[in-house]
Amino acid sequence: MGTALQIKNLHVEVNNKLILKGLSLNIEHGEMAAIMGPNGSGKSTLASVLAGKEGYNVTKGYIKYLGNDLLKMPPEDRAAAGVFLAFQYPVEIPGVATSTFVRTSLNAQKRNRGEAELDAMQFLKLAREKAKQLEMSEDFFQRAVNVGFSGGEKKRAEVFQMSMLEPTLAILDETDSGLDIDALKIVAEGVNRLRDDKLSGIVITHYQRLLDYLQPDTIHILAEGKIVKTGDKSLALLLEEKGYQGIDGAN
Amino acid sequence: MAVSSDTISAVEKATKKYKYGFITDIETEFAPKGLNEDIVKFISKKNDEPSWLLEWRLKAYRQWLKMEKEEPKWANIHFPEIDFQEAYYYAAPKSDEDKPKSLDEIDPEILNTYNKLGIPIKEQEMLAGIVGSGNVAVDAVFDSVSVATTFKSKLSELGIIFCPISEAVKKHPDLIKKYLGSVIPQTDNFYSALNSAVYSDGSFVYIPEGVKCPMDLSTYFRINAAETGQFERTLIVADKGSYVSYLEGCTAPMRDENQLHAAVVELVALEDAEIKYSTVQNWYPGDENGKGGIYNFVTKRGACRGNNSKISWTQVETGSAITWKYPSVILQGDNSIGEFYSVAISNKKQQADTGTKMVHIGKNTKSTIISKGISAGYGQQTYRGLVRMQAGAENATNFSQCDSLLIGKNCGGHTVPYIDSRNPTAEVAHEATTSKISDEQLFYVQQRGLDPEEAVALIVNGFAKEVLKKLPMEFAVEAQKLLGVSLEGSVG
Repeated sequence: MGTALQIKNLHVEVNNKLILKGLSLNIEHGEMAAIMGPNGSGKSTLASVLAGKEGYNVTKGYIKYLGNDLLKMPPEDRAAAGVFLAFQYPVEIPGVATSTFVRTSLNAQKRNRGEAELDAMQFLKLAREKAKQLEMSEDFFQRAVNVGFSGGEKKRAEVFQMSMLEPTLAILDETDSGLDIDALKIVAEGVNRLRDDKLSGIVITHYQRLLDYLQPDTIHILAEGKIVKTGDKSLALLLEEKGYQGIDGAN
Repeated sequence: MAVSSDTISAVEKATKKYKYGFITDIETEFAPKGLNEDIVKFISKKNDEPSWLLEWRLKAYRQWLKMEKEEPKWANIHFPEIDFQEAYYYAAPKSDEDKPKSLDEIDPEILNTYNKLGIPIKEQEMLAGIVGSGNVAVDAVFDSVSVATTFKSKLSELGIIFCPISEAVKKHPDLIKKYLGSVIPQTDNFYSALNSAVYSDGSFVYIPEGVKCPMDLSTYFRINAAETGQFERTLIVADKGSYVSYLEGCTAPMRDENQLHAAVVELVALEDAEIKYSTVQNWYPGDENGKGGIYNFVTKRGACRGNNSKISWTQVETGSAITWKYPSVILQGDNSIGEFYSVAISNKKQQADTGTKMVHIGKNTKSTIISKGISAGYGQQTYRGLVRMQAGAENATNFSQCDSLLIGKNCGGHTVPYIDSRNPTAEVAHEATTSKISDEQLFYVQQRGLDPEEAVALIVNGFAKEVLKKLPMEFAVEAQKLLGVSLEGSVG
């Protein structure tokens, strides 16, 4: 094991407003950590800062991932280093087939890492394999990225991209939002299939539901821009029962 | 306009040279600066033209003189007034001494672009005009000379004529007399009049009745096209029931010392014939400040003369400082079809005013317009189109879709559609959208591993896909890369 991701005393401003106020968090290789917290506590801000979105001003603290100073890297380098963000609202790219998008992404990452790129045939073989594992039909290969996808399809497509890109740090930003229970199950099962000792995960969610399926190793409560409590599954159960009021420092 | 005595003496000198060594001593051949009847005569003589064609040119020239005050000003493009007496209208090919000796002498920026586009070294040498690269490159591009030879004999077996228009004037005068200027009269507009007066050469294609041309014409001429000059003239005639696909241009960046380009392209489709004309234009757009780029003022028009004929224009316009271009179709025959598919990019200080005219005359005629305009940097882009339903165009239909994509804060996209319907049964539908590449889109794509330029290229290719898929396969792959390269520096 050993620490994969280290976040120390992170302070982040958005539009001159301090959102994260000294967040610290360590995640081990292979660990699946859930981050829960009330609206506005800074959960999605954390996801965006990890992936390198513009407009987030880090005023204090650092993020180290596999020894790299993550904050100094542009988003594409973070992606090549293994950081994957499953978006809460996956973005539409009209006219670009999903398979083209994923192949372009995968090869860009491989190029960035100095690895050999996949040709069209190699790619198709891999994509078919992964789609099969995720019990997805291949129809969506030719559909434009997220265009006309239902909420469930979008999230499944995110999981498909994740399985193709084989990240070492997966951040699932409210992946359960907008999903009915069947879609939620399918998505969770997809993520579970990808879990191994090399993949660390951060699952951002409001609800116990997703955690029932994902079985995270640790649970962290984020409130007012800080981690206020860390525990195991039982913490989520406590939360379900008593709400954030029942957790010290989270109300 | 008074002919200056300098010009007269210069022409005298030039014609003297012609007398003594025009054919053998090609390197010393030139026409002096400026334009007058003597220059027109000089060009005609240089091409060894019959007198009817000289008269035809002179008629154009005289008309052009009258039009000089009518240089079109309605387009949304801005540039300093052109002094037409300061330009050269005929220059011989460069002598070997003036040509670069190797790629080392070529601007590294151009070489860089060649590499990004994946152009083979031999072909790069050809494009850059390296001494002695000529014959070799044909091999490089087509594997062997025999391929080109096979190509030619295959075409002539089918009775297809594909040759320089200057050659066609001599070998097929009846066809030229019948069709030259029949779609775009010399006096059609300022630039077509200029072209008609001074065009140097171009291509002629004739597809006989019932023949489907078995290959896309002119990938073969990809290289030769580099030196077709500033006033190019193309005429394509598809006889009854024939088919041809013609490719013009090149994805490789073209530099040219002539700033003004005014080409004319005429297409004629007779009964049941189909012409598919594809262009990729990537002339030098000028530097960051818009200095030194090509002015591309082109007149392109096709006539669907016969019933059930079809003409389809597809263009990818990424180059030139200024583009003024409206490939159009006159839908004369009943049930004839006109199509216009366009992708145009204006980056840096580029300006493009481009679109089409669909003139419906026959019954049940049908036209489709898909225009994708992309503006970045300080680029300005205007779609200008006319759909006219004449009184006799019973049940004619048109569908137009004009989409603009803006990248950054300093560019502009404009849509100016004119609709003129004189027949109550005709249907015209127009859709237009303007969108921006959003920060969300860029971040999403970057998060998957693409750098900002790759991300923009991917998004833009998606935006332009409907048009790109209309291009012949090989051209489409190159055009995709080209869109990315053309937008470099537009983000970040």
